Amino acid sequence: MTERDLVIVGGGPAGMAAALCAYKNGVKDVLIIERDQRLGGILNQCIHPGFGLEYFKEILTGPEYAQKVTDEIRSIKQIEVSLRSFVVKLEPHKILTILKPGSLQQVKAKTIIMATGCREKTREMIHVPGTRPAGIFSAGLAQKLINIEGLLPGKEVVIVGSGDIGLIMARRLTLEGAKVKAVVEIQKESRGLIRNVVQCLNDFDIPLYFSHKIARIYGNKRVEKVAVIKVDDHFNPIEDSGFSIDCDTVLVSVGLIPENELIEMAGVAIDKKTNCPVSSELNTTSIKGLFVCGNSYKVYDLADSVSLDSEIAGKQAAEFLGSRL
Amino acid sequence: MTEPRLTKKFICIECPKGCEITVTLDEGTIVEITGNSCEKGEAYVRAEITNPTRVLTSSVLAEGLEFKMIPVKTNKPISKAKLITAMREIKQLRIHDPVHCGEVIQRDFLGLGVNLIATRACKKVE
Repeated sequence: MTERDLVIVGGGPAGMAAALCAYKNGVKDVLIIERDQRLGGILNQCIHPGFGLEYFKEILTGPEYAQKVTDEIRSIKQIEVSLRSFVVKLEPHKILTILKPGSLQQVKAKTIIMATGCREKTREMIHVPGTRPAGIFSAGLAQKLINIEGLLPGKEVVIVGSGDIGLIMARRLTLEGAKVKAVVEIQKESRGLIRNVVQCLNDFDIPLYFSHKIARIYGNKRVEKVAVIKVDDHFNPIEDSGFSIDCDTVLVSVGLIPENELIEMAGVAIDKKTNCPVSSELNTTSIKGLFVCGNSYKVYDLADSVSLDSEIAGKQAAEFLGSRL
Repeated sequence: MTEPRLTKKFICIECPKGCEITVTLDEGTIVEITGNSCEKGEAYVRAEITNPTRVLTSSVLAEGLEFKMIPVKTNKPISKAKLITAMREIKQLRIHDPVHCGEVIQRDFLGLGVNLIATRACKKVE
């Protein structure tokens, strides 16, 4: 078993900002564990502009933002990056079990920063009745298929929920030649940034139905249509308000859940409603020297805010290590 | 008799704030802009009234490189009316040689006076 001063789990904007700031505050032995084959996390598939205005004082796309931070990480030899590496176990005394191609390793860390981000809520979590045909994707998966894999997930699309990723995908799909027939939002207002409603929906005359929900998904092999119904203030369906939309694809964009199964495994107190760690001060958990930052700490609207708050985690880790000497 | 003044409302897309900006027009001429909290907002609504523009981002198919798709953007906004034409052109493009972040993929893209640039580095397959 090897020993490290600081192990950071996750090489997205949170993990990288934490690593850089820890290094700048005196930590000279940093290991970043990233499950993907490259650093950058979800920024790699967010090819649209709108990042960086606060953090870099310029408007960048996701990959450009990722590249800037990655270049800095790669220039510091005391920060080691282990790609295609997945933490399968975290023990309370800070031992990590890491699965890498061809090996299973254990690392003992003096301090740990978890920067594991979020995953998307699924259709199952919003209880949409109907069949289970092909053609139902989370918005972020559709984003990965188009922007990373170069595959168009469908031709006639209905988007459930007006989260930012769903709005961004409405525009992306339209530009790629798909027809986005509607965005259906159960709330009275958009969950996403208002500018995304403007530049992703209004620019392309895509209808947005507030106070509406998907009542049922139809289709055997592939999605064929969805039934949409208006809801009242208590989200109960209003009779005779239903209509249907023919489509071959449904994207679900109804929010994110912090990925915190590893710290839960280690015994950290988790708020079951939000899946965030119970925490009295930014980035801290119920275990001393085990920090959580970025979207796994709480769901942020902007990558810039993730970077800024995660820098603090790097500083906190450095201070924790300093106090142990 | 004077033309009644016309007001138009816009939501600024320049930053995540999303300011609601009201523009007063008098016979097509802007006479007042209110609600913006910076000069970017003013420039944005002026463009919205004369020629709305957007930065276009997409991805181009790579062949023989480490990634299948290389993300690209126009280095300056282009006319909104040209977005779909531009997308058609982007779909025809192929990248065979390694690129660095910011490298020009197409100079004077579609004669629009903007360059199409890569937004990520992409190497040859190792």
